Amino acid sequence: MNLRRRRRLKLVLRLAAAIAITAFFLFPIYWLFMISFKTPEEIFAFPPKWWPAQLQFDNYQVLFKDGDANTVGNSLVVASVSTVFAMFLGTLCAYSLARFRTGGENLANWIISQRMVPPIAVVFPIFLLYVWLKLVDTYVGLILLYTAFNLPYVIWMMRGYINDIPKALEESALVDGCTRWQVLWKVVFPMCRAGLFATAIFTFVFAWNDFIFALVLTRTEVSTYTVQVTHYFGGQSNFWAKISAMSVLGTVPIFIVVGFMQRYLVRGISLGAVKG
Amino acid sequence: MPASCFPLTNSNPTEAFLAATRTLAATRDRRFKYVLVAPSIFVLLLIGIFPLVYLVLVSFQNITMTDMDTSFQGLLNYREMIRSTRMWESLLHTVIFTAIALPVELVLGLAMAQLFIDRIPGRQVFVALLVLPVVISPIVAGATWSLMFDNRFGPINQIIGWLIGGEATILWTINPNLVYPAILVAEIWQWTPFMFLLLLAALSAVDKSQLEAASIDGAGWWRTFFRIVLPAIWPVMAIAILIRGLDLFRLFDIVWALTRGGPGTMTETISIFAYVKGFQQFDTSFTAAVALLIIVLLSIVVMLALKRVELAR
Repeated sequence: MNLRRRRRLKLVLRLAAAIAITAFFLFPIYWLFMISFKTPEEIFAFPPKWWPAQLQFDNYQVLFKDGDANTVGNSLVVASVSTVFAMFLGTLCAYSLARFRTGGENLANWIISQRMVPPIAVVFPIFLLYVWLKLVDTYVGLILLYTAFNLPYVIWMMRGYINDIPKALEESALVDGCTRWQVLWKVVFPMCRAGLFATAIFTFVFAWNDFIFALVLTRTEVSTYTVQVTHYFGGQSNFWAKISAMSVLGTVPIFIVVGFMQRYLVRGISLGAVKG
Repeated sequence: MPASCFPLTNSNPTEAFLAATRTLAATRDRRFKYVLVAPSIFVLLLIGIFPLVYLVLVSFQNITMTDMDTSFQGLLNYREMIRSTRMWESLLHTVIFTAIALPVELVLGLAMAQLFIDRIPGRQVFVALLVLPVVISPIVAGATWSLMFDNRFGPINQIIGWLIGGEATILWTINPNLVYPAILVAEIWQWTPFMFLLLLAALSAVDKSQLEAASIDGAGWWRTFFRIVLPAIWPVMAIAILIRGLDLFRLFDIVWALTRGGPGTMTETISIFAYVKGFQQFDTSFTAAVALLIIVLLSIVVMLALKRVELAR
């Protein structure tokens, strides 16, 4: 009886700790979202109000009316197109690395090390190159860079997923007279569908969330939402309503897509090291 | 199989035919495997190697905002870089951020994983919610914390005011003594869940029977942890440390959103320093030298680390 009660108490304590920790990690997100629904008077009320009197969407309306929300559209175009390219090229390369051991471990390691170079060191020479090629502030320029930057990730992840599927199926398809390309389309891709999907989501999220590349390589035309958020920071007064509304516009899509990807999340963010 | 290498000397015609097709298939396979790799390697070289060569070139010239001097100046920029105290300070700031944030994230993440490894009602929901900071854009995370830290309209000072029973007007992002804690809180808030997720996965893979055996043998919690649990989760932990360490080395977004490297250059990381030099002061050749330094430093670390850490086989 005593033991049971102690166990009960322990569980309650653990639950309390879990709730406190989760509250700590969620509170800033709550604060960000909540500000976007406040009126200016509520935002600049002292002491700060923890919830708005009523939900109102004026802050969002302003963003759409002024065209600021177009930057979210730019993010969408750039992130999705570069994801398609990176997935296509990267998966083919990954298949070759996984099945034929092309280039051995050295090539694979070189590829993943490309991913680890700090973006600022990558983007600086690219910027000089783009000035010369007149690619600054264009979709093409940004898409090309995101494709290249995400390629190592796609190759690395897809190599892992392809290694997971049994070779025998491909061999029997070959014996049945399929060409190598047919094997790819009809056996390999369908078999690693889940992996393809998960990797594409993460590739998309990386491009979507990027700030430094977009900061350097865009001016006005293809500016992404992350760059737009920083435009609202002023020396003395910050446009709080706009900061929060724009951030929410950029964050909600991520929450939705990642919500579907729970099962692959750990593998995705650990570069495939943990096969959750 | 040596016999198939010399099909003509083989008396069996079917086997000779098979061997010939096999050689043919092998050549086709070889071409196929390179065809698959070629486009990716091309893009990586285009965006990786070509600019790198150009970077080396520029770093030996003397291009600034006012002067498009493309004559070669030898090691001028490298000498200037080594003499630049601001550069060394920014490297030091980067190291400070890494040296504090990394262990804190690791320990907190491990403690949280330890808490959530046992059965707990609604575990799935908790984990799903704790994921959210990780997937937010770092620049948005920084913006969020700058709203949180606002001296007048932010909730942090309000809560502190409740605790001290007065009005708190702490200038988190301006006061030189508080900018580091402020940035670190934001950074640790965003990335502790990353450590947590990876370590939770690693902990769930630890062999339960070993833990039971240890407890039957009367081993205490700490002993069990250091002798059994830690060695078991080490491979994952090493990778988590590697990934976060490299991320911290390129720290930019959160600092940019909170302080832009200020006050003065107090919180300037090496990435921010390179950005300011290259894109605000247009010290092109100098920045090229800094960028090369970053690449060289990182490459050494990555090469050493990849050799030691078994990353996804």
